[in-house]
Parts: sequence; C-alpha cells; structure tokens
Amino acid sequence: MAKHETPLLDQLESGPWPSFVTDMKHQAETKPEVWDILGQLELSYTDRISHWKHGGIVGVFGYGGGIVGRYSDLPKRFPGVEHFHTVRVAQPSSKYYSTKHLRALMDLWEKYGSGMTNFHGSTGDIILLGTRTENLEPLFWDMTHDLNQDLGGSGSNLRTPANCIGQSRCEWSCYDTEECCYFLTMKYQDEIHRPAFPYKFKFKFSGCANDCVAAIARSDIAVIGTWRDNIRIDQAAVKEYIAGNYPANGGAHSGRDWGKFDIQKEVIGLCPTECMWMEGGQLKIDDKECTRCMHCINVMPRALRPGVDTGATICVGAKAPILDGAQFATLIVPFMKVSKDNDFEELVNFIETVWDWWMEVGKNRERVGETMQRVGLPTFIKVMGIEPIPQHVKEPRSNPYVFWQDEEVPGGFERDVVEFRKKHAA
Amino acid sequence: MGYNPEKPMEGRISDLGPLYYEQFFPAVIKENKGKWLWHEILQPGVLLHKSETGAEVYTIRAGGVRLMSVEFVREICDIADKHCDGFMRFTTRNNIEFMVDSKAKVQPLLDDLKSRGNKFPVGGTGAGVTNIVHTQGWVHCHTPATDASGVVKAVMDELFDYFTSMTLPAQCRIALACCLNMCGAVHASDIAILGVHRKPPMIDHSRITGVCELPLAIASCPLGAVKPAKIEIDGKEIKTVKVNNERCMFCGNCYTMCPAMPLADPEGDGIAILVGGKVSNRISAPKFSKLVIPFLPNTTPRWPETVAAIKKILVAYAGDAKKYERVGEWAERIGWEKFFEKCDIPFTEKSIDDYRLAYDTWRTTTQFKYTSHIK
Repeated sequence: MAKHETPLLDQLESGPWPSFVTDMKHQAETKPEVWDILGQLELSYTDRISHWKHGGIVGVFGYGGGIVGRYSDLPKRFPGVEHFHTVRVAQPSSKYYSTKHLRALMDLWEKYGSGMTNFHGSTGDIILLGTRTENLEPLFWDMTHDLNQDLGGSGSNLRTPANCIGQSRCEWSCYDTEECCYFLTMKYQDEIHRPAFPYKFKFKFSGCANDCVAAIARSDIAVIGTWRDNIRIDQAAVKEYIAGNYPANGGAHSGRDWGKFDIQKEVIGLCPTECMWMEGGQLKIDDKECTRCMHCINVMPRALRPGVDTGATICVGAKAPILDGAQFATLIVPFMKVSKDNDFEELVNFIETVWDWWMEVGKNRERVGETMQRVGLPTFIKVMGIEPIPQHVKEPRSNPYVFWQDEEVPGGFERDVVEFRKKHAA
Repeated sequence: MGYNPEKPMEGRISDLGPLYYEQFFPAVIKENKGKWLWHEILQPGVLLHKSETGAEVYTIRAGGVRLMSVEFVREICDIADKHCDGFMRFTTRNNIEFMVDSKAKVQPLLDDLKSRGNKFPVGGTGAGVTNIVHTQGWVHCHTPATDASGVVKAVMDELFDYFTSMTLPAQCRIALACCLNMCGAVHASDIAILGVHRKPPMIDHSRITGVCELPLAIASCPLGAVKPAKIEIDGKEIKTVKVNNERCMFCGNCYTMCPAMPLADPEGDGIAILVGGKVSNRISAPKFSKLVIPFLPNTTPRWPETVAAIKKILVAYAGDAKKYERVGEWAERIGWEKFFEKCDIPFTEKSIDDYRLAYDTWRTTTQFKYTSHIK
C-alpha cells in the first residue's frame, strides 16, 4: 500500500531502461521508510528543487570522514528520511565481489539503514544511502567486527583510491593496478580517515593510456600504465586482420557495415606520430617515435601488445571545474617502475614529497593542481627535485617573462645606481 | 555482543581498509591474472578474454542503475550464485558484470537475465552508448540544480538502442553531474549533462550569524562578489554579507561554505549540455567537454528538452563522424561552427568563454568555414 502518491515518479516506471522507482517501490514493501524517500523525491519533482538541508556533521568516533550527514527539510512529513546520512564503504580493488560478502553487507544495511545503496559512488566507494545518527556506531561496529569491512573517505583527506580492472581481466594493463591501489589504500588508512589536508586528495590507477578509471581527468595523482620498449607484434595475426579474419577493435564496430578492414586507413593512417608502415607484407613500427596512445593496439588486440618493460607515467593535479576551471593532470614523471617487489617505493616517495609540500603551502580548499598553478610548474618540479624536461610542456612559453634568480645572473641583482649615473646622466 | 554506547571505545576496530580483492576473484580470473592475451566483443554486452593458458572468460555486461535497493543487490547475488559460482563485479560506469568460464554457460545466463523483465539490459560495450555515470541529485544531495537518477532514466530510455548495439563511430561516454561541483567529473565526457543554477544566492540574515563563518563565505567566491555587510535585525546590528549580483557566476561555492546563502530555484535551475570531452589518450590527447547548450529547464519527470537535445547530437554524430572518431575529434575535424550547424543548435554568446583562461578558446587564425552563422 503506497504511503504517498507519486504520479510524477510513476512515469519513470515505463521504458526499456531499468527503473529505480520500480525498484524502490519493491523495496518499500519490506522497508516502509523507502516510501518517505519516494515521497520526498516526488515533492522535489513537483517543486523542482532539493528538499535536503544543508550539510550536517556526523561520523563515527575516531574518524573524520566516511559519513556524510544529511537531514530532510520536511522531517514531519517524511519521518523516514528525517536523518538520511550516507555511509561510504571502502570498495575492493576492481569492484569484484563474492555474493557471500554482498549479502552480508545487504543484511547489515537492511538492519541499520534505509535499504537503498549506490553501486558505486563517483569516487569508487560503495554508498549506503540513508541512516539515522544513532545507527552509525552500531553499524560501524558490526561492519568492522563481523565483516572485516571499513569505511572510505570524505572531507579534506585522502579519498578512497580506485583503479581500473587491471591485469585481472585486461591484457593491456602495464602494472598491477589492483595491488597498487590496495597497497597504498592500506598504507594510508590514517590519511583516509582523519582529515589533515588542505582539501580532498585523490589517487587513481589506470593500467594503460585508455585510462578506464579516468585518472588523468579527476585525480590529484594519476598513475597511468605505459612501457618503454617496443610494441610486441605478431605478424601472422596482422595478416589475419588484413584478411578480415579477426574483427577490428575487438569487434567493437560490428553493429554497422564499415566496409572491409583497411590497415592503412584505420591503423597506420590514424597513428598520431605516423610511426607505422607496411613493408614486405609486415607491419613495421618505429617505436622510438611512438607515444603509446594505444590506438593500434586497441584496433588489433590479437596482433599488437604493449612492450614488456612496463611501468607508469605519473601525472599530477587534475580536478573538476570548481573553482578556477577544470584541470587535467600534468605529466611530471614520464616513466616510473611500479612494483610490489619494492613496496612501490618510488611511487610512495613521490606521493609523500607532494604531500609534504602541499600540506605546507596549500591554502584551505585548494586542490594540489590549483597550488601548482598558483606557484607555477617550474617551482613545483623544483620542489619535487625533478629536472625540467620538454615532456613537461605541450610547447615552450611564448612570453619572455622569465623569473630569473639572483644567483643565475653574473654579479647578482644588487647594483650601485651612483656608479651607474657616473656613466649615464639622468 | 555488539556496540556498547556506555563504552564506545572499548573493543573498537578501525583502519581495516577494504577487503583484499583477490578473495573475490572468480577461479578463472584468479588463475589467469596477468596472463590474458586478447579479447573480443562477441555481441553487444558479451566479452571474451583469452588467456595464454588457453582459458577463456566470458563476461556478460548489464546496465545497472547506480541507485539500487538491498533487494535488487540480492537479485544480482541470486544470478551470480546460479551461474557464476557466487562472484560478480561492477564496472567504473555502474554496469554489472557476470563472468563464466565457458561458452556453454553464456546463453543460459543471457536467457536468465532476459527473463527478468527490463532489470538487466545486456550491452554497454564497444562503439555504442554505455551506462551514464551520475551523481545523487534530489534523492540525496543538498546542492543539486537538477535530479540525477530520473534524468538518466529518461535519457537511457531514449538511447536504449545505442546501449544494446554497436553502431556508432566510437564509444560515446555520457555523464551527469547535478551541480557545478561536478562530483561526477563530467568535464571530460563525450556528452555531459550538467545541473546549473541561474539565480544568485539569497541571504538569510536571520540565520547567518549562527551557521556561517563570514570570512570563509567571502573567500569562497572566485569573483569577489561576496562582501561583508552590516544590517539591522530587530533593532540589533548584525554582521552579514552582501552579493554583487552582476559578478555572480552561479557556481554555488558560497552555499557550500555557508548554509545561509541558498541559491537553488525551480525556474533558475536546469541543465547545460557540454560535449566533446574524453579521458582516453587514444589518437588525440584528453579533452574537456565544451558548453554548447547553456540551459534547458527541469521539466519533470522526463526532461524532454534534455532528452531531445542529446538524441539530436548523437544522431548527427552517428551520421557524420568517421570510424574511431570520438564526438570531440569529430567536432574539431569539421570545426565547431559546423558542429553547431549539423546538430541544429543555436550558437549564443554563452558558449564564448569569458572566465579565466578564456583567451585560449578564442580563434586566432584566418581559417574558418562559411556556415549559416555568417550572414
């Protein structure tokens, strides 16, 4: 029996895409408070505005993140969502689950929460959507004691790191993104749970330049797999592609007749560095000209593979537009070995050098990319102890306003204007 | 034994982190990690990965609604228990993936999914529209300018055939963020649906003293539009702020810092459409999405204007772009003036950047195309 009429939301029950409204109504049969979620949402559809109050600071003892406080601005009308706090739960690398664990988590959320979830939030966490303040500690207790499961991050701290599917089911992943993500998440639990930064900080780990976890667009430190030797070529498989026996791009275009596969047009001609050609029936690549964009490998996955001397490119400072405009991460380290064998030592040192500097000079609510903009890239790489290289820029500067340093100019900046005037009358 | 509110710190466990991922691997994944040779999309939503050991894993991808109930997750578990030895995964774009280790197990799984109505649409692979990543909207967020789940449902209903097929020139990534904070990081999407405000904040002078750190509210404005002020309430002078409306760019950052400055509004709020962004480094460098439609109203419950605008862009792109070309690469090749013409989108001054770094987007060459814009 519907507790609230929802004529507007009801119109979202038709159509071929799964309906969250239908799902919520089904859940409301056993969790009546879901009716109040629907009721308040229906009112938002009528009023065309949110009915959640601004903020609300709640949490569990000892943590400064992981719970986002939320209260209804109509608690009398919708008592089931009077408190509607979000619980961010740390997701496993690559988001694989056993049904045993998922069911246990769902049982817990049925007991303590609204019965609604997000799989997953934008940053990567499991989101348990909506519970009351008094349920937070018992939920956290049961979650940690019974499920061995912790919360993720929120606020001005290290946000829950996330990775692409990596080597577990992708042939292109140039390092173990899952292990790297797990290792660093465990190493930095304190930074995740106890806000000590100027603002949020995100790591994301992608295995190749396709960047399936969007590291370069949204993480403060993006670790993106690459290689420094040669693309592996199986010439027999190249011939199969040319003959049309293997589908181009792993079959991604099979829904439309694009004509016969043309290696010249589709691979060689689209190579951004023009470093490929056919010679005597063989595909040739001038690897020292290659920028490893992945296009040729994407088109011919059975013939071409990344090299074997693999690692990652480290880019720093991506963020969404708030406030000075969106930033992609800037290339800082072209190639770094990324391996569990030495506990990701180089990457750890890099991260901690960035943090040491940013925690000192970063302003309140300033992402590291904005701090970099404020002080300039030359200053940032100096702080990082990194030699400037042309790979740091798209092109050299076009203005001449170099900040020369006193010690760079013979004789220094201090001069005697009286001596100057002896030779140059005013 | 459970949480004891009398002794909250006794027996407390903290900093466990996430569970170790490997325990959640299906056997075929565990045995073949790092050994995969190649993959192929056998049909929309069905992937084959081949290992150097000869092993195969077949992945069936179904579109998930990110907002899902406990009961729905249990249904996913039922399917995974029945067909996949009790394992499954989610993708970074909210899709659900069921994996099996032999071809014989694929069709029974597909049949099972199909038997469950519209709950598990199979697709989202290759040159098509995959699932929309999105934010919370009116179902949970306190600063949204639009809803999220409802808009996504309406758009995906219309684009459903692009989800279940692979007929586009390349993959098309659509994302929705319900305000300019962009929790959904939509700034690098082929098509971005972005909630925007259009009215400056109101100032709740009666509450501001108790809930707001004035210097933080003032500092929060990137354009210096928020200034300190004094007003009299009930005969008492209080410190508050004033807003220079002419300088406001409706970013909402002041409201994030100060609950006494709400700016959401039924008429003011709506959706902007940005296009041509991408994350991948394939062929061309990652690109930001560009604003092509500054405002569409929040017409609940199905946002017909937004749905129609996106469909029009997608149809124009599908008909005109070359194989492998992403939306942004297509727009750059034909020129943005042609993009507006081919998509039948009116060009307005609101697409000309006048914020920071704006000059980077102004055209400083004599190269252009004669389109209908030139009278």
